[in-house]
Amino acid sequence: MDGMTEIRWHGRGGQGAKTAALVLAESALEEGKYIQGFPEYGPERMGAPMQSFTRISEVPITLHSHVRNPHAVVVLDATLLDTVDVTMGLPEEGVILVNTSQAPGQIRKRLNLKKGKVFTVDATSISLDILGRNLPNTPMLGALIKATNLLSIDTVISAVKIKFGKKFSSKVLEGNIQAVRKAYEEVKGE
Amino acid sequence: MGKIVGLTGDETAAEAMRQINPDVLAAYPITPQTEIVQNFSQFVANGVVSTEMIRVESEHSAMSACIGAAASGARAMTATSANGLALMWEICYIAASYRLPIVMPLVNRALSGPINIHCDHSDSMGARDSGWIQLYSENCQEIYDNLIQAIRIAEDKEVLLPVMVTLDGFIISHAMERVEILEDEKVTEFIGEYKNPYSLLDVDNPVTWGPLDLYDYYFEHKRQQIEAIEKAGEVIQRVGKEFKEISGRSYELMENYRLEGADLVIVAAGSTAGTVKAVVNQLREEGVKAGLLKIRAFRPFPVREVSQALKNAKAVAILDRSVSFGAEGGPIFLEIRSALFEEAKRVPVVNYIYGLGGRDIGIDEIKAVYKNLERIAQTKKIEKLVGYLGLRE
Repeated sequence: MDGMTEIRWHGRGGQGAKTAALVLAESALEEGKYIQGFPEYGPERMGAPMQSFTRISEVPITLHSHVRNPHAVVVLDATLLDTVDVTMGLPEEGVILVNTSQAPGQIRKRLNLKKGKVFTVDATSISLDILGRNLPNTPMLGALIKATNLLSIDTVISAVKIKFGKKFSSKVLEGNIQAVRKAYEEVKGE
Repeated sequence: MGKIVGLTGDETAAEAMRQINPDVLAAYPITPQTEIVQNFSQFVANGVVSTEMIRVESEHSAMSACIGAAASGARAMTATSANGLALMWEICYIAASYRLPIVMPLVNRALSGPINIHCDHSDSMGARDSGWIQLYSENCQEIYDNLIQAIRIAEDKEVLLPVMVTLDGFIISHAMERVEILEDEKVTEFIGEYKNPYSLLDVDNPVTWGPLDLYDYYFEHKRQQIEAIEKAGEVIQRVGKEFKEISGRSYELMENYRLEGADLVIVAAGSTAGTVKAVVNQLREEGVKAGLLKIRAFRPFPVREVSQALKNAKAVAILDRSVSFGAEGGPIFLEIRSALFEEAKRVPVVNYIYGLGGRDIGIDEIKAVYKNLERIAQTKKIEKLVGYLGLRE
């Protein structure tokens, strides 16, 4: 559909792929766009591969199918690259963003991608450094914004504040915002 | 103006229920309905609603509690899915035959077995003969709008029947969308106050509820029930018009989407209707005269409106997200094919069963249906009356 961006998130149960998909959708809503954010519910359990989706559009979205040809794919856990076909349905000019310490070139080679854009950021290290826990979803949100220019980073940060402010202490909230910013600055692409 | 928020289907239902502020809510949790009741129970705990929440031990009890509450004059609600609805089965019939305006969001989910938590319409379709009014929702906005209208429809003096408002499990219940929420006061004013004309607690005008009713009067009572649900059609339309005045969004018994001059028409209910709309728009740009008829009210079924909308089509495909085992086609198909029987010109109609147990249906599958309709319109031949979409065979 014209004027619509579709994003697929790959993660493992517990890493926050669903939350990331929803926070991105809420951020886009803040910017006056039409949105959908939803997870694929399988036999969900800690550590099992799962997906979630975000749709952002200038016009109302009536589609209610899974995202089959995403404009961008976000991989929250690099171990999924061995077991899940993360590039499935990704068009040649698509964007893929992976949480890894490897350089974009290495991931490009590993996934055998000839075209498109590959981005990497070590969201796990960022999260461990700042929050002391591996919660890669918020830093990956920051990195995605840099990689795609979809929305303003400030909108995403304010959405994170709203979403996390209700649930977590101000220390955890601050940490998450710091992580978003750091990944936004550190993400590399080619 | 109200406000624009991002909410999942379950959150939207809970938000509508917060504004409705029923006197009683009796519910038992079941996936994917759980978050409706979970969110609502937070409203109760936070004191933002004055609802008496009854935590029951089963859905059978949930509906029984609603019946007691509604009969005594309270506005009562519950919510369920699939096996939960199956367990409240006998009580659903009692709610309808007692003419109690209970409103219930039903998050559509496949019935076991094998165990499956995902969407299909076998739960609501199974309850189609229970006497409940059924309104299907396409997206989060429609859940909100339908629930608020449902209160008015159910409590209308000419109707006095329970209403289930369906939403597709996970596809809508757990998907966040943009929703416009009206001001609390507007909703309060729109739904008004519920006054049961035959309250159990009205000691000055004593009435009997639930007596034995054998071959002497049972049949006449059923006839009255038939008349009430027939009347509901007009009331649904009237309430839809009034709702437009406060929301700007209009509602009919069904939605004609680009049906003007449409040769090839798909009929669908629920979230898939939205996906069909996206395909219709693409095909219209390519010059294909495609259209959609979306079923909103399945009970009462708008027979005349449906045949009016479809009679000039060259080929029609009905999408059913449930099976009637042993019947030739799904429940919506049977209904529509029967509705078209009175038309002078015969309209070719085929049926597709799809999406059982949550199987995804996308643009490609729907395009294939329109392709087949194109073939039928040209050749005037139906090769397969009942087919399956997205099935490995």
